[in-house]
Amino acid sequence: MLYNEPSPLETKVLTRLFGVPNSTSVETYVAHEGFVAFRKAVTMTPEAIIDEVKKSNLRGRGGAGFPTGMKWSFVPRNSPKPKYIVVNADESEPGTCKDRLLIEHDPMQLIEGMMIAGLVVGAKRGYIYLRGEYRYLIDILDKAIAEARAAGWLGENIQGTGFDFDCYTHSGAGAYECGEESALLESLEGKRGVPRIRPPFPAVAGLYRCPTVLNNVETYCSVPSILRMGGEAWANLGTPRNGGTRLFCLSGHINKPGVYELPMGFNLLRMIEEVGGGVRGGRKLKAVIPGGSSCPVLTAAECDLPMDFDSLKNAKSMLGSGGVVVMDETTDMVKVALRIMKFYQHESCGWCIPCREGTAWLKKILTRVYDGMGQNEDPALVHELATNMLGRTFCPLGDAAAMPTISIVEKFRDEFEAYVRRSPMANLADIDKRIPVRA
Amino acid sequence: MADPVKLTINGVAVEAPQGKLLIEVARSMGTDIPSFCYYEGYSQAAACRMCLVEIEGMPKLMTACTQPVSEGMVVRTETPQVAEARKSMLEFVLTNHPLDCPVCDKGGECELQDATMRYGAGEGRFLEMKFHHEERQWSPVVYYDPARCILCFRCVRVCGEGLGAYALGVSERAVGEEIVPNGSDHLDCDECGLCIDICPVGALTSDSYRYQARPWEMNHVGTICTHCSNGCKTTLGVRNDRILRGNNRDRSGINGEFLCVKGRYAFDFNESDERLTTPMIRSNGELRPASWSDALRFAAGKLKQVKEAGGKIGVVGSTRITNEENFYLQKFAREVLGTNSIDHQRSGDVVTLLDALAGRSGALATTEDLYTAKAVLVIGSDLAQQHPLVAWQIRTNWRHHESHTYTITQGPVREDLHSFARVRVEPGREMEGLETLREKLAAEPELLIVFGDAVKGEKVRELVAFGDSLGIPVKYVCLVDTVNARGAMDMGLMPELLPGYRVAKDAGQPDGMTIPEMLAARDLSVLWSVGADPLADGALASEGAFVIVQDLFLTDTARRADVVFPSASLYEKSGTVTNVCGEVQRVKRAAQTMGAKADLEIIGLLAKEMGVAPVMGPWMTDKVFAELMRTVPGYNISLPVVTTGGAAQTLPPGHRIPVQSDPALIRSVGDTLYTSGTLGKYSKKLNSLMEGPGKLYEERTVREWTHA
Ligand SMILES: Cc1cc2nc3c(=O)[nH]c(=O)nc-3n(C[C@H](O)[C@H](O)[C@H](O)COP(=O)(O)O)c2cc1C
Ligand code: SF4
Ligand code: SF4
Ligand code: SF4
Ligand code: SF4
Ligand code: FES
Repeated sequence: MLYNEPSPLETKVLTRLFGVPNSTSVETYVAHEGFVAFRKAVTMTPEAIIDEVKKSNLRGRGGAGFPTGMKWSFVPRNSPKPKYIVVNADESEPGTCKDRLLIEHDPMQLIEGMMIAGLVVGAKRGYIYLRGEYRYLIDILDKAIAEARAAGWLGENIQGTGFDFDCYTHSGAGAYECGEESALLESLEGKRGVPRIRPPFPAVAGLYRCPTVLNNVETYCSVPSILRMGGEAWANLGTPRNGGTRLFCLSGHINKPGVYELPMGFNLLRMIEEVGGGVRGGRKLKAVIPGGSSCPVLTAAECDLPMDFDSLKNAKSMLGSGGVVVMDETTDMVKVALRIMKFYQHESCGWCIPCREGTAWLKKILTRVYDGMGQNEDPALVHELATNMLGRTFCPLGDAAAMPTISIVEKFRDEFEAYVRRSPMANLADIDKRIPVRA
Repeated sequence: MADPVKLTINGVAVEAPQGKLLIEVARSMGTDIPSFCYYEGYSQAAACRMCLVEIEGMPKLMTACTQPVSEGMVVRTETPQVAEARKSMLEFVLTNHPLDCPVCDKGGECELQDATMRYGAGEGRFLEMKFHHEERQWSPVVYYDPARCILCFRCVRVCGEGLGAYALGVSERAVGEEIVPNGSDHLDCDECGLCIDICPVGALTSDSYRYQARPWEMNHVGTICTHCSNGCKTTLGVRNDRILRGNNRDRSGINGEFLCVKGRYAFDFNESDERLTTPMIRSNGELRPASWSDALRFAAGKLKQVKEAGGKIGVVGSTRITNEENFYLQKFAREVLGTNSIDHQRSGDVVTLLDALAGRSGALATTEDLYTAKAVLVIGSDLAQQHPLVAWQIRTNWRHHESHTYTITQGPVREDLHSFARVRVEPGREMEGLETLREKLAAEPELLIVFGDAVKGEKVRELVAFGDSLGIPVKYVCLVDTVNARGAMDMGLMPELLPGYRVAKDAGQPDGMTIPEMLAARDLSVLWSVGADPLADGALASEGAFVIVQDLFLTDTARRADVVFPSASLYEKSGTVTNVCGEVQRVKRAAQTMGAKADLEIIGLLAKEMGVAPVMGPWMTDKVFAELMRTVPGYNISLPVVTTGGAAQTLPPGHRIPVQSDPALIRSVGDTLYTSGTLGKYSKKLNSLMEGPGKLYEERTVREWTHA
């Protein structure tokens, strides 16, 4: 089932099987150039494969945009330890819902991507770590894995190539933090999902402290097409340094929400207008979260820009996970800030002081402001506390909570002040700062 | 080792080994960097973010507790940016902290208070309600107050990594996160209190100390734990002659901060209602309170009379009193009473070991060696139960140096968690287990063998022969039971051996009786028992024997006594004791019990009463120690080391000890973590702890708690 009508502006590379009947089966996959990339990879040296991936300018689709070819090259291939392939399918970033479609419609593509990564580093085993709520995807994946195994595409001596590889699914238990790569590994090992101190990075000491390739679902799914098309051709689908296509998840106040595969560097305003059919009800655009809730928001005026990692960085935001959340002029930005903070407060793993305590405090202040009990100092206090968290937490979740908050207070300060002005508590600080207000 | 690197910290150039943690390097040059979660010797947590510092070239502040130093690094630890970051971390952590410092146990020695004094804001900006979770009691001795907890995870690490109990874990997340007993709502653990001790704040408190005192109201007396032979240094917190707490936060002594449940809580026997506080004399078949002078006169008179009549006198010394007292006692027996019938309850065959090792130096391990040896073999002892510090040293050695631990035991032991190889044997067949390990052991660069009373008599010689056959340097520890069990042997509390293991016969001394012989002698006239309970499992054959007892409690022997003197405990006297590794340490008087006297004084007063004080010399600890140093071979130890609270290892005798040690006399009483002979019976704390636990390693496979 397709959740949204495809857009004519899409470049269907990773999503080419979406909508094809029986798209999850081995036969359909093989009939559509499935495993061609693997066949090709078997004939190549690991260096040559990495080179091709480097040429493709593929950058990690999990959020940070780290060049995938480079990441793979960090794996010590001659280490005597076993190597592992791990797929990050924890997809929990608010606004993001692409990995699930890739798995739902074309699990074989993911498996092929993992196999190629396995060939590169000499791994015989891959794990797909799914967010707990993606229960139904486990069935799809397990079925696909079983089918691939039965058809000789997984297991020992795959298709007579002498290459052994198998993969397994593993379900999380509903923690956003378990999408962070090192917390994911802890969780996969059966421990509490808290992040690890890095270095060492997973490439060197990942699953069970062994060399591990850890990438996002979409990143792995990009690999087969890169090898089929050649790295350069794949890179040319996008913009310089930002190769290929990407699945953008359009949501919010938009007429045609959905997941669309567009070339890297696609203009954001055009994406909203032409792909997403414009802002809901013909209203004016107010702000956009460009890559999942962790990214600083863009005001409408900042949205005329190409959607690639570098351009968004220049705009002091991030491309993130491709979750584009559109907000129209009726949006209450204080409520947005509160909603985001509620999420991060709830998801903070609790390991480090600034994130654990900072998110809780910020949530309380924002709740109070939103409830009409704000004080004159609150907008500045929210800004300061979020800034105090920034760059000082153990893992990037703290930053992810701080960054959107800082951007909203900076860009929509008037809305906070309007709230505070209406509050009977506005000037309370002058009278007595220490009266507890409410939980 | 790699070449040292040069770096600058706050403008001062320093050299440090490559890879050493910045926080350690800074601290070693006197620059303190605050830390809650960092704790030397444990895995890194990097959770509190208090140690953030500026490092040139890094885009953001870095945690000094995880940052290895490298060449050319330029570090600043006290810039406005750093101070501001610390201030804000404190502001965050204080948001949900109850700030009940005025009643908190930790007030005055709290790391959060200290850091707040140094970096914190003067005023709070937190207007909201604080999260609150109720305090809970996890065990008879451990309480947890989640509201005070700053989640530094030190407790989790000390319990798991450090002790190997893995009793603590983390539950929930975000601001609701808290520490919990693993897999249960209560603790079934070693109850060692290490978690309480290591907690930087007052979140973990102990039943015995909580809400009892403020730290500044107490005297802090460094002495030695009176329970097992491992000889942990403990700092007793004392107020008005009452011991309120035992810990070793200053990490002085051979045990660093380690104490087991007995060292930490089982000082409460000291104030038991059943302590003897007045001498007693039997009259009309019943023990009745008497004055010191009457009791002394009575006992001294009897001793004098029996001696003059040439009657048989048996003297039993103690494994819990000081070296000075035991030395003085054997001197009394041999020189005043003219008998060699002096003995003590033997728990390990030190004598045969010393004989087998005669002429070697460096073959007796120190407590420190247990931590540094490349390989350790444990034979026939459940160390975590019986020798907690030895177990701790061996485990820490494995943690820090990846040493190899081998075990030959009857059942599961905690060392299994990290042992390199283990052998299970039927009791009595330990020696067979040795052979199965031969190849592995011979491949080690060196070995330290720890053995209990399963190896005694000829087996000790076999063991040493086995050690020799490995072709590597081997050191030994012969386990003994109580705090001064080793010292009692060194002081010659054996009929066949004089102080320093000189053979009594060779010195022209007559034969003497062992404890079983004393009990069996139908013609025994006097039995004098000091800090021992020989009649606990045996009766006197000589029905008319006059029994003199010095003890803290009315033991079985005391019940049979004709005169009983109330003695002071080890916590109430000064002197020295010798631990399982032959290390001499000083005990200091911490408390006192009205009416009781130190055994040294009681013996001295008896001598005076008998008119033999000039023979015996003054009963002052220092004077006796000086004599003992002069006359007991091996005890010519470094005085400054001992007087400043250190441990000085005695030298082995250096000559053969040609006596046949009787294995039947050697028997460990097999105390566990929660028993400690007579003293244990009178410790309410120990008795309140459930029997049986402290054996987590038997019940489940504990997974390594790793986070780094
Ligand atoms: C708090 C947090 C949550 C994350 N959640 C996810 C996630 O759900 N899925 C994902 O692929 N990456 C997530 N990441 C990023 C991963 O840590 C990691 O960078 C990524 O999986 C690497 O794959 P890539 O190089 O293919 O992007 C998260 C990171 C953080 C800090
Ligand atoms: S920033 Fe700290 S508390 Fe927050 S998720 Fe990361 S490690 Fe956990
Ligand atoms: S064994 Fe018990 S008392 Fe000792 S550290 Fe662990 S939890 Fe605390
Ligand atoms: S109880 Fe104490 S030691 Fe344990 S995490 Fe809390 S503050 Fe740290
Ligand atoms: S290990 Fe022995 S000496 Fe140390 S605290 Fe425990 S009982 Fe006392
Ligand atoms: S001491 Fe470095 S983060 Fe806690």
